[in-house]
Amino acid sequence: MNFAVLVNEGPYQHEAADSAYLFCRAAIEAGHRISRVFFYHDGVNNANRLSEPPQDDRNIVARWSKLAEAHGVDLVVCVAAGLRRGIKDELLPPGFRISGLGQLIEAGIEADRLVTFGD
Amino acid sequence: MAKKFMFVNRKAPYGSIYALEALEVVLITAAFEQEVSLAFLDDGVYQLKKGMMPKGIEMKNFGPSYRALPDYDIDKFYVERESMEARGLTPEDLLVEVEVLSAQELGQLMEAQDVILSF
Repeated sequence: MNFAVLVNEGPYQHEAADSAYLFCRAAIEAGHRISRVFFYHDGVNNANRLSEPPQDDRNIVARWSKLAEAHGVDLVVCVAAGLRRGIKDELLPPGFRISGLGQLIEAGIEADRLVTFGD
Repeated sequence: MAKKFMFVNRKAPYGSIYALEALEVVLITAAFEQEVSLAFLDDGVYQLKKGMMPKGIEMKNFGPSYRALPDYDIDKFYVERESMEARGLTPEDLLVEVEVLSAQELGQLMEAQDVILSF
């Protein structure tokens, strides 16, 4: 199955970013495809390469980049939500790109399922 | 072929950014020629309340934007009866014409959707 994922919460503050990542990994391991992960609301803060968690904690941002590199997952940050929160091109970690909300709707149209993670 | 998109609005209009940014997604979706409907439940029913005056909290009044949606062929507004009644509201208190459905009826309607975006 082809899944698209929507992440609506920031990293560390809320479990949504973790659950979304673990869902993506489990889906890929089960032979499904994750065509796109779209970051909206405070979810755009998942795309801040300056994030530096303590060594003994999971690195949420780097984990997304690795997922993109290993499995070609398209990580898209909403431009409007990102601008509000200061997430711009120069802040993006590898594998992320900034685009418009149309990419979320397009993902909803093209994927078999769109799965939302958030409050 | 057009997909059925339902936007599920569950949060109060002010106090968090969910409602405002959800409305931004709805407006973009209008350009994709999909079958769009909006559902309002929990505190989300307050999003449609007439007479919002958020100037005092330095917020833009986005209530009028809901009234503009029918111009974009988005005119299916569903309100959950239980949520509306629990908050002492009636359809006359609301900015747009709505169809009031029970939680169970709304659940059936959700069952018939292709994509549900919940904010």
